[in-house]
Amino acid sequence: MAFWNYLCKAFEKTFIREDRYLDFLTGLGNTLIITLGATILGVLIGALIAVIKTIHKQSGKLKVLNWICELYTTIIRGTPVVVQLLIMYFIVFASSTNSVMVGILAFGINSGAYVAELMRAGINAVDIGQTEAGRSLGLSRGVTMRSIVLPQAIKNVLPAIGNEFISLLKETSVIGFLGVMDMTRVAQRVISRTADPYFPYIAIALVYLGMVCILNYFVKKLEKRLAKSDR
Amino acid sequence: MIDNAVTQTNETVNAGDIIVSTRGLCKSFVKDKPVLQGIDCDIRRGEQVVVIGPSGGGKSTFLRCLNMLETPSAGQIFFNGEEITAKGVNLDQVRARMGMVFQHFNLFPHFTVLKNITFAPVQLKLQTPEEAEKKAMDLLRRVGLEEKANAYPSQLSGGQKQRIAIVRALAMDPEVMLFDEPTSALDPEMVGEVLDLMKQLAEDGMTMVVVTHEMGFAREVADRILFIDQGIILEEGAPETFFGNPQMARTQEFLSKVL
Repeated sequence: MAFWNYLCKAFEKTFIREDRYLDFLTGLGNTLIITLGATILGVLIGALIAVIKTIHKQSGKLKVLNWICELYTTIIRGTPVVVQLLIMYFIVFASSTNSVMVGILAFGINSGAYVAELMRAGINAVDIGQTEAGRSLGLSRGVTMRSIVLPQAIKNVLPAIGNEFISLLKETSVIGFLGVMDMTRVAQRVISRTADPYFPYIAIALVYLGMVCILNYFVKKLEKRLAKSDR
Repeated sequence: MIDNAVTQTNETVNAGDIIVSTRGLCKSFVKDKPVLQGIDCDIRRGEQVVVIGPSGGGKSTFLRCLNMLETPSAGQIFFNGEEITAKGVNLDQVRARMGMVFQHFNLFPHFTVLKNITFAPVQLKLQTPEEAEKKAMDLLRRVGLEEKANAYPSQLSGGQKQRIAIVRALAMDPEVMLFDEPTSALDPEMVGEVLDLMKQLAEDGMTMVVVTHEMGFAREVADRILFIDQGIILEEGAPETFFGNPQMARTQEFLSKVL
């Protein structure tokens, strides 16, 4: 009974008083915006890198671009995301006040290096005969890649991109470092007013968990559907 | 063998009659393991050439070199008198005038049948979308597959896929059609429909180079047979003489096994 009383009180303190649920909703919104923006940016960067690397491997062209891509993936995968975030926020975009945008850029650039490998595997999984058929019709290397190979590659890696979205959703919780009001940061701020860490942290953990479970469900469903259409 | 590889650089090729020719064509994928060891060959306009020979002998590689899908290691290839092995040639423009049909069809699975056929001519601005669609429907009607225009490749049988693949190549108005074992991946009962279409093409005077194991087709349709083994043209001739009176021991052995 005492526990139930605590729960009710803590709920009131955390969410109801001073309309704090609105802060949580704003935080959740920011978390989702950053995750979505970073995923889209990551897929664009990843696809670009994968295409450059594949064309370089197939034809030996684009040497300089390929070298830049190698450098980029080495740096991004070789440094912690929090450090990248701090560098973006305090050095590269020191003059920017839009910290959500900086977050999208930082996480997107980070994600791109990982998505590139996914995309590369997806491109490699497309039968080489597709490229040959495109080229034999007189289509250029670029058109063949863009219109024939990439759409099939993206379909191959769609579930993996869903998983990348899920891990980004969780990863973005470190953006509170920059004072961005994401869900985690809102919880911290509320705790500084209520002096009760238990309820808010468990509550946001459950929100994250709930979102991940829902997303997982859709990724699984997507995987199943794609597997069926391949048969 | 290596002597065959010496190219005859200064030989001029008559563009009027001969559409594709090769001089000293060599290809090796791995060092010291040549697949083609110097092939000289002229293909005349309107001619149907059937290439036969044992597996691994270089037939497919020869065919794939003709539209530069494989880059030759040495030698020259001419298309309408233009050397397409030379540096700076726009190969996309060359390939747009050479149709190719693959063993595994290679239809684009994410496009409908109609878009498979119209995509390249529209993309390359050779035809307007309306022209391309009309032409595609005409060709589909000709092969009896017009009701499949809006189907996806996965909904078609193997024979239908290959006929669509042939139509896709024909929609580009090619000057020559290259067939790389077009019936080898088909169930036996579907081989006939594809060969029938190819015979029709031959009757219409299409220039064709066909790599195949279908000896009946070769005998019936070919103007000339090329027997390629170990990377060279071991023997060539009209089907009657080739099948009736093969000269080389290797050819006789091969024919005794397949006929």
